[in-house]
Amino acid sequence: MTDAFVPNAVDKEPLAGSWSDRVSARVAANDVFYAFRTSPLAIVAAAVVLTFFLLALFASQLAVQNPFDPAQLELINSRIAPLWTADGQRPFLLGTDEQGRDLLSAILYGLRVSLLVGVLGVGFAATLGIVLGLIAGYVGGWIDSLIMRIADVQLTFPAILIALLIDGVVKSALGNKLDERTMLAVLVFAIGLSFWVQYARTVRGSVMVEKTKDYVAAAQLIGLPAHKIMLRHVLPNAMGPVLVIATINLALAIITEATLSFLGSGMPDTMPSLGTLIRIGNNYLFSGEWWVVAFPGFALAALILSINLLGDWLRDALNPRLR
Amino acid sequence: MTHPVLSVRNLRVEFPTRRELLHAIDGVSFDIARGEVLGVVGESGAGKSVTGLAVIGLIDPPGRISGGEIWLSGMRIDNLPPEELRRVRGKRIGMIFQDPLTSLNPLYRIGDQLVETIRTHLPLSPAAARKRAIDLLAEVGIPGPEKRIDAYPHEFSGGMRQRVVIALAICAEPELIIADEPTTALDVSVQAQIIALIKRLGRDHGTAVMLVTHDMGVIAETSDRVAVMYSGRIAEIGPVRDVVQHPLHPYAKGLMGAIPTLASESTRLVQIPGSMPRLSAIPPGCAFNPRCDFAFERCRVERPELIRQGTQDVACHLYDRDSKEHAA
Amino acid sequence: MLAFTLRRALQAVGVMIAVGIISFVMFRFAGDPVNQLVSIDTSAAQRAEIRKSLGLDDPVLVQFARYFADAAQFKFGVSYQFRQPVAQLLKERMPATLELASVATVLAMTFGIMIGVYTALRRNSWLAGVLQAISLIGISLPTFLIGILLIYLFAVVLGWLPSFGRGDVVRIGWWTTGLLTVSGLKALIMPSITLGLFQMTLIMRLVRAEMLEVLRTDYIRFARARGLTTRAIHFGHALKNTLVPVITVAGLQFGSVIAFAIITETVFQWPGMGLLFVQAVQSVDIPIMAAYLLVVSLIFVTINLVVDILYTIVDPRLHHTISRGA
Repeated sequence: MTDAFVPNAVDKEPLAGSWSDRVSARVAANDVFYAFRTSPLAIVAAAVVLTFFLLALFASQLAVQNPFDPAQLELINSRIAPLWTADGQRPFLLGTDEQGRDLLSAILYGLRVSLLVGVLGVGFAATLGIVLGLIAGYVGGWIDSLIMRIADVQLTFPAILIALLIDGVVKSALGNKLDERTMLAVLVFAIGLSFWVQYARTVRGSVMVEKTKDYVAAAQLIGLPAHKIMLRHVLPNAMGPVLVIATINLALAIITEATLSFLGSGMPDTMPSLGTLIRIGNNYLFSGEWWVVAFPGFALAALILSINLLGDWLRDALNPRLR
Repeated sequence: MTHPVLSVRNLRVEFPTRRELLHAIDGVSFDIARGEVLGVVGESGAGKSVTGLAVIGLIDPPGRISGGEIWLSGMRIDNLPPEELRRVRGKRIGMIFQDPLTSLNPLYRIGDQLVETIRTHLPLSPAAARKRAIDLLAEVGIPGPEKRIDAYPHEFSGGMRQRVVIALAICAEPELIIADEPTTALDVSVQAQIIALIKRLGRDHGTAVMLVTHDMGVIAETSDRVAVMYSGRIAEIGPVRDVVQHPLHPYAKGLMGAIPTLASESTRLVQIPGSMPRLSAIPPGCAFNPRCDFAFERCRVERPELIRQGTQDVACHLYDRDSKEHAA
Repeated sequence: MLAFTLRRALQAVGVMIAVGIISFVMFRFAGDPVNQLVSIDTSAAQRAEIRKSLGLDDPVLVQFARYFADAAQFKFGVSYQFRQPVAQLLKERMPATLELASVATVLAMTFGIMIGVYTALRRNSWLAGVLQAISLIGISLPTFLIGILLIYLFAVVLGWLPSFGRGDVVRIGWWTTGLLTVSGLKALIMPSITLGLFQMTLIMRLVRAEMLEVLRTDYIRFARARGLTTRAIHFGHALKNTLVPVITVAGLQFGSVIAFAIITETVFQWPGMGLLFVQAVQSVDIPIMAAYLLVVSLIFVTINLVVDILYTIVDPRLHHTISRGA
């Protein structure tokens, strides 16, 4: 019995349905921009995310007042309904809360805090994860096993639980009454420690693959130090997936911060994030001042949804083998 | 009059893609008689598997049969409503796929899969169906069928699994078996056993067999007739002995020249230069013309139809002595 | 099979020891156990006395062994804020949390599987598209926002359902249940939906993806070629193969549901372990935090172990699937 007659290599791919697969597989990193221009949803999501970042950046210029400067608050302005309702008053577009704080201003400042904690938290998580992943993948041996065992165990527990625990322990070590900046740092720390695992796993995977390739051996041969090989040659190959994880994790980090703040373990009332604003607003739910909770809630939901859409799209466009 | 078991007339299958319409099968006709084994051979992408799937009505959407007719023992089946077509599948046409390792549901005992299929098509009690399942396993050569019937697929070797797949395909005594590369995924030592089994079943039950493969050796051993496919069309069809020994179509000549046989006078294997065109880039005229040593002007313009040459039919302008008659 | 179970059990013990160490470090070093027993005006000498009597001057390893032995008997020390044994507090609160988490999981599984199967089989229908879009929004909305939204709609505006608490409960032994009274059931509706919604979208997306994958497999194609009815193929072969990984994930998620209950319990002031834990974090009640970590970990690890073992029973291919699912 023989296959010798076959003039060409026989590929056993099923005939039907394979074309579109091949096409989508070909959308590699250099085609990302093209794919972006052809996806309306991604453009809208990106525009919304960008708008949120700009609003946060220029919060102090856009807001009619600094909502956290007690001197600027007038109790006479408290509990004003949004502008378009019968009881609305200028300049309070979205109404005010009990302390006469303009809600739109509070949301702009709160957005700034939420995004700051989110971005810093993700940055810390990514740095920690990348470093540990590089070490685990490059050094191997018992260090690798130790890091990955910790990762496995941690992955069994939801991030919010870990963040709450870290939050509690740090507060116990530093004292319960912390100023705003320290609290912000604690949140960044807690979020970073809760989300590093995925980066570490991804980077470790890439390192294991790249390590076996010839150029690494060549670099070792000419005596390049390990950290240079890692940073200059191996790491860039892992950046695509890391970027996707970071985008999706930004939404998770913002949710985690908002949840901690909502639970009363996050940002204090004196420097509220969106989550803190929602916690405060929740108290007015029964007295009819729905706008105090509705608008921060809406802002948070819109922010997370657009980041998620962008992350989903980015993952499909880069098409790395993610879980 | 007696009808052939399977009669395919001018079959066309197309797959719409975002950019264009691809013609996977473009005007294929053939018959298979009772007890006959028709080998369908060609490179991958030539349309031989799609032909088999079209006959049993399992072309994956968005692909579809866009023209032609398929007749099963005198009954037209390509335009049946889905539910009636389902009743034909498994009962009147049995199908064997390439990979026995993935053809069986891993979570069901093979007995359950057999009984389920038998009871779908035959009015038998569970006990009678189980009895039949055991008989079938014995018939396809599985030792200790009473015990093995309660095993899961992963407990069988590849060759044994393909036997189970065959048992499933024949469990309602079909008139036609379509075997799509039934031995490709198997060890060479097992291939011959499976081929012998299919051949024996066809002979014992008078079943017509459509054997799809890229392996000319398998065809030569098993088939009564052979159809050579190229780019979704039949290039040549005829009795296996004639086609193998005296191929007419230049492509078929290339194929046969590439079989190493002791009887062959040529001392080295012939290579066909180039490769089969992608479906999106089939040239006008004869699809084989860019690779053909004998191509002339007409081959680049006009598509050749099958022409009778003795016992064989061949789609090649070289054999069209009276071209004026055809042009008229 | 036995070797596999044994190996998994050993791994579970390993995880529990790791969590135990973290819990011990928290208990011993982040909090001061002496504070559990004394008031602010206790003198330093008395404190030292107590410290000695508690064995806090012993070597750390000895203390750790003692902590472990105590924890194994569910002795978790005394809460700073409540001045009660932590074990007692957790035991009182546990039924509320387990009941909420179970109902939420059942809801999530039922609707998640139903909608997931629908969106997979009717992939191109408009309803499937709408459900897909809603699921993305569902994943994007933080749990507490959903809770607030539900409260505003059904408690504030419509006044149909209570906005907080468990309603009337019936005591059966040490267990309390809200499942046997009307007000208890009414109180359960919104919290269980809030808690289950995220799991439901997760299960729905998983079922859809898994089912589409299964429908592309060779054995489904072969089942079609055998002329089985669409019903038998979709709801027999395809669904069974879909559900094996889905049930595993859903089972593993039960631990997360208990942890996520922290948020839902806070929104609805549900008197469970999660609310206790949040209050403990706010007032830095370390013994409760450490004990909660231990108890929840124990539940996690037990569930993981049970799911792993069940998996080997459901799926005859044992080792293939375990390496894939790991």
